[in-house]
Amino acid sequence: MPETLTKFIFGRLTLESLPLHEPIVVGTFIVVALGGLAVLGAITYFKLWGYLWREWFTSVDHKKIGIMYMALGLVMLLRGFSDAIMMRLQQAIAFNGSEGYLNAHHYDQIFTAHGVIMIFFVAMPFVTGLMNFVMPLQIGARDVSFPFLNNFSFWMTVGGAILVMASLFVGEFARTGWLAYPPLSGINYSPDVGVDYYIWALQVAGVGTTLSGINLICTIIKMRAPGMTMMRMPIFTWTSLCTNVLIVASFPVLTAVLTLLALDRYVGTNFFTNDFGGNPMMYVNLIWIWGHPEVYILILPLFGVFSEVTSTFSGKRLFGYTSMVYATVVITILSYLVWLHHFFTMGSGASVNSFFGITTMIISIPTGAKIFNWLFTMYRGRIRFELPMMWTVAFMLTFVVGGMTGVLLAVPPADFVLHNSLFLIAHFHNVIIGGVLFGLFAGIAYWWPKAFGFKLDPFWGKVSFWCWVVGFWFAFMPLYILGLMGVTRRMRVFDDPSLQIWFVIAAFGAVLIACGIAAFLVQIFVSIRKRAELADLTGDPWHGRTLEWSTSSPPPAYNFAFTPIIRDNDAWWAMKKAGYRRPLSGFKPIHMPRNTGTGVILAAFSVALGFGLIWYIWWLAALSFVCLIATAIGHTFNYHRDFDIPAAEVAQTEEARTTLLAAQG
Amino acid sequence: MTSTAITADAEPVFHLEEEHAHAEGGSTMLGFWLYLMSDCLVFAMLFAAFGVLGGNYAAGPAPKDLFDLGLVAVNTTMLLCSSITYGFAMLTMDKGRVAATQGWLVVTMLFGLGFLSIELYEFAHMIHEGATPQRSAFLSSFFTLVGTHGLHVTFGIVWMVTLMVQVARYGLIEANRRRLMCLSMFWHFLDVVWIGVFTFVYLMGMLR
Repeated sequence: MPETLTKFIFGRLTLESLPLHEPIVVGTFIVVALGGLAVLGAITYFKLWGYLWREWFTSVDHKKIGIMYMALGLVMLLRGFSDAIMMRLQQAIAFNGSEGYLNAHHYDQIFTAHGVIMIFFVAMPFVTGLMNFVMPLQIGARDVSFPFLNNFSFWMTVGGAILVMASLFVGEFARTGWLAYPPLSGINYSPDVGVDYYIWALQVAGVGTTLSGINLICTIIKMRAPGMTMMRMPIFTWTSLCTNVLIVASFPVLTAVLTLLALDRYVGTNFFTNDFGGNPMMYVNLIWIWGHPEVYILILPLFGVFSEVTSTFSGKRLFGYTSMVYATVVITILSYLVWLHHFFTMGSGASVNSFFGITTMIISIPTGAKIFNWLFTMYRGRIRFELPMMWTVAFMLTFVVGGMTGVLLAVPPADFVLHNSLFLIAHFHNVIIGGVLFGLFAGIAYWWPKAFGFKLDPFWGKVSFWCWVVGFWFAFMPLYILGLMGVTRRMRVFDDPSLQIWFVIAAFGAVLIACGIAAFLVQIFVSIRKRAELADLTGDPWHGRTLEWSTSSPPPAYNFAFTPIIRDNDAWWAMKKAGYRRPLSGFKPIHMPRNTGTGVILAAFSVALGFGLIWYIWWLAALSFVCLIATAIGHTFNYHRDFDIPAAEVAQTEEARTTLLAAQG
Repeated sequence: MTSTAITADAEPVFHLEEEHAHAEGGSTMLGFWLYLMSDCLVFAMLFAAFGVLGGNYAAGPAPKDLFDLGLVAVNTTMLLCSSITYGFAMLTMDKGRVAATQGWLVVTMLFGLGFLSIELYEFAHMIHEGATPQRSAFLSSFFTLVGTHGLHVTFGIVWMVTLMVQVARYGLIEANRRRLMCLSMFWHFLDVVWIGVFTFVYLMGMLR
């Protein structure tokens, strides 16, 4: 009886589920636990819980949510990078009969976790955070269309991240690779909790991502300031629009395909099994129908960042605005017509492979147009090589190489040789690090002063920049070479000692990147210490061109005291040229959404639901599902979700800024 | 008219002076449409899965052995009727008649419950005959597609009850009208999906 009772209460969770036999995991757990306790202790000691809850966790302010997304991305970057450097070290030493220091069980989890975390919980939060913070400011709006939904989306993303992190210490993560192909990810070959963690973490986070996509599309379509026609939107807003269209048009596919995989695992259906008529290749097709648009979801907003940065730091209007918009839209559409290039080796025949090979190559045309537009924007500009511009130039040089290897891989006969090799790994890291990550660093350096009112310290930024760029080339060029020699991905040990030198070089590159990350953290720390020195009171430290630079840094809760009227692509630039003067009187009360804790609660129930499903703790799953529905219904009975910021308060805020600007001269 | 110059007339106007506060819920309809399209994609994937796997009987039962078109016709009629009655609910809502709106919602809900009961009976019958979701890829994709639609109808009914309580409590206020409109779109959307299910799963299944 007690045994059935234990089983009822804990499902398949037992003490043996804790990976106490893995010294590396135990060590990590101790460090994380101590660090976590220190943070929690500090928050308690400084009595910050109330502040965090009221001002941040329950906030529906798009700026605060954006900043929280960025913080989540940064924390998860540390985890994802730890996985990366562990793999590099393992591969650098596992030669000449050495097994390295990671066993197969652990190593397979690491490469899976690395991919999942870097895409879903680093790149996605960073990109979503940037769009959340910047886009409403760029279109002259006061918040997004659905502020509560925005908060809820963020917490669902956090919920997914919590489940992934939990898998490190309770049970295990998937050992299937980041897309969990069946039949390996089916219940027969992966009977443990790893794949279930994978499924439910992504389902919880995926809900958030889809809703956030809907929210941001509505915001761009419905909330633009008067005069901002579609063809007057800043390029970053355009790329955000296209990205969110891609999100809404692709994440439901991921949700559906993971549901089918879950049914196979939990109910015993036969979608992707080897027998009873199942078809594993259908999974590969479906997941890449999400997966290929996903990589454009990641890169498009950063194309927007590079456009804003290039034009600002060249002191020129962006070259070829219209072509930039059309290039973005064409990439958006084409990204749906290329998914099969991820598995040319499926053997779908020459005609099908040719079609997908050609569509893939065509994508390089609009992308090339963008590169030329940036170059022509710089041409005869007064270029200021501030940090964001340095990242942009590094991006152009790096990304072009990645793009060319991509076109190479798009040739089906070449792909048959290079499929699943380290050449592929080098290619997508080349475009994701060289494009997405460099773009994020450019964006962070560019908009940091807007978010916090002071610039980032340039010295440490440059240290980080050089470590990252040089480290990237050291880490991934050897992988191109190894890939051409036929070395496949996800290997744990190697027989051929002549390969070792390349892995050692790659590991050296990873160490340089580690220095780059460390320098970035130091940069933030130093900048906060020196915030008085680095302060920007004007709200426009870079001589910006778009609306976000017209308000104070950090912007007030309502963003703009008056809704601006837009007359030009570079709205703020045109306003400055026309002799803009801040309005000093006549303030009106401003209608704003009210904070709510419902998002946090719903996400918490979702995590509990996921945890219950992962460990077969059915009572927990059922209970949290009921609570989830009840809370959601309860929330709809709250009809008072708005309030007015009184005119006096607006006047006071604006008056304070006037005084500040006057003091500055 | 809504804007004034900050100083002299000749100077350009930079701001709206009057706040044209975005009407509350102004984005809701667009947002809900986008949600419906994302949901439509989920169904598209399930239809695609059925398209690929629908013929994989694994030596098990085929549509001809399982489907009772007469029953499905009754079922389909129920759902189509529920869409009409929801339409009546919206018409009475526009006239501001609370009781009539509630009445039509109750009728809609009963049709919805009837649909679900028949579907559950059909499922139970099939499972009893050994045609379980585990039996073949055809049956896996059949149960998942039809079952997902059924879950949506269930969710729609829960939503309808919630809205009926809210209408009873707060009347046909602006927010409630907007919510009824969203549910209306959701309900008609499920109807459209069902027409796809009826055609591609049941009718064409009988032709296989």
